[in-house]
Amino acid sequence: MEHYISLLLKAIFVENMALAFFLGMCTFLAISKKIEAAAGLGIAVVVVLTITVPVNNLIYNYVLREGALSWAGLPEVDLSFLGLLTYIGVIAALIQIMEMILDKYIPALYAALGVFLPLITVNCAIMGASLFMVERDYNFGESVVYGFGAGVGWALAILALAGIREKLKYSDVPEGLRGLGITFITVGLMSLGFMSFSGISL
Amino acid sequence: MADASAKQVLFEPIFSNNPIALQILGICSALAVTTSVNVTLVMCASVIAVTAFSNLAVSLVRTQIPNSIRIIVQMTIIASLVIVVDQILKAYAYEISKQLSVFVGLIITNCIVMGRAEGFAMKNGPWLSFLDGIGNGMGYSVLLLIVAFCRELLGSGSLMGFSLMPVVNEGGWYVPNGLLLLPPSAFFIIGLIIWGLRAWKPEQVEAPDYKMSRHKTKEAF
Repeated sequence: MEHYISLLLKAIFVENMALAFFLGMCTFLAISKKIEAAAGLGIAVVVVLTITVPVNNLIYNYVLREGALSWAGLPEVDLSFLGLLTYIGVIAALIQIMEMILDKYIPALYAALGVFLPLITVNCAIMGASLFMVERDYNFGESVVYGFGAGVGWALAILALAGIREKLKYSDVPEGLRGLGITFITVGLMSLGFMSFSGISL
Repeated sequence: MADASAKQVLFEPIFSNNPIALQILGICSALAVTTSVNVTLVMCASVIAVTAFSNLAVSLVRTQIPNSIRIIVQMTIIASLVIVVDQILKAYAYEISKQLSVFVGLIITNCIVMGRAEGFAMKNGPWLSFLDGIGNGMGYSVLLLIVAFCRELLGSGSLMGFSLMPVVNEGGWYVPNGLLLLPPSAFFIIGLIIWGLRAWKPEQVEAPDYKMSRHKTKEAF
């Protein structure tokens, strides 16, 4: 249990997807002008990550990994080179399915997340989490915790940035820095703040 | 842009329409690999190759793809190309591919590749699309190399692994700035580059969201 809690905290703070690994930056910078939009996107990322990382974990362990197909009588087959193609396919398909399920059963949530779900397919944070999961060899339980933690960390970062940018709107920024430039500097300072977590180990 | 000349297509994205500085595309996977120039060069070469060939391939099949499944077709083409690049790196540059870790795989979700395939290659012929891919890859590379140059030179006093400014620890005179090897510095450097670029080309400056109105009444002193 302790192991899982430490993994969770590590995924949220120490190895924050957005601020330590620069993942999901495009949407991170583009959709952080308003807090409501940022919150919607953040929740969508948490939900999608919590589902896709464990699913990709199962696929990797039972289909792609070297010797994983031994249950089908093919012990020498190593399909791990197909990994990238499979993960992105799984992510795209899962998001499509989620969209349909939400539309049918929870229309309120669908209305809130609607626009953001397709955007998430090409969000590097989702793909990145799956790749990190493979690289670090997480088991199924760990991958659930890691997916959830990575999502929460990313959502936290985008909410904080949106809050700062809403205030920043009223400040008098030098001409060339206006918009994108000052956002980069802000993210840099936030990232510096998050670095202070890096010494923590549980 | 259908009648744009090849030269324009190739060079425009480098400075006047830089994909990173202007369109905020493709920074996702880029910044983590800029701590040393060597690694960055490999990353840039991979991105140029993937963008150019995916543009070429998408443009070749653009009339055959049904509109409703075009995204998934583009995605498959891109993912296959990235797998090829990944396998080549693992075979011939194993050390560097270890350092790049997951970031080669993340070229798939790099918005530049997808954005150019969707935005340019679907409407233009193969040769122009190929050039456009190279041009945008170069635009991305130029920015990335500037960042890597600053970070490696000031962060560890060397370039491409050769020590230029001998570091204090090894008996030299230069005290390396450790901050430049940490993630936040990449954001600062890009922010400053954008500032510089916009000071040079003022038409890229964004309009302010909010402007303070002038004083209309005389205030009492």
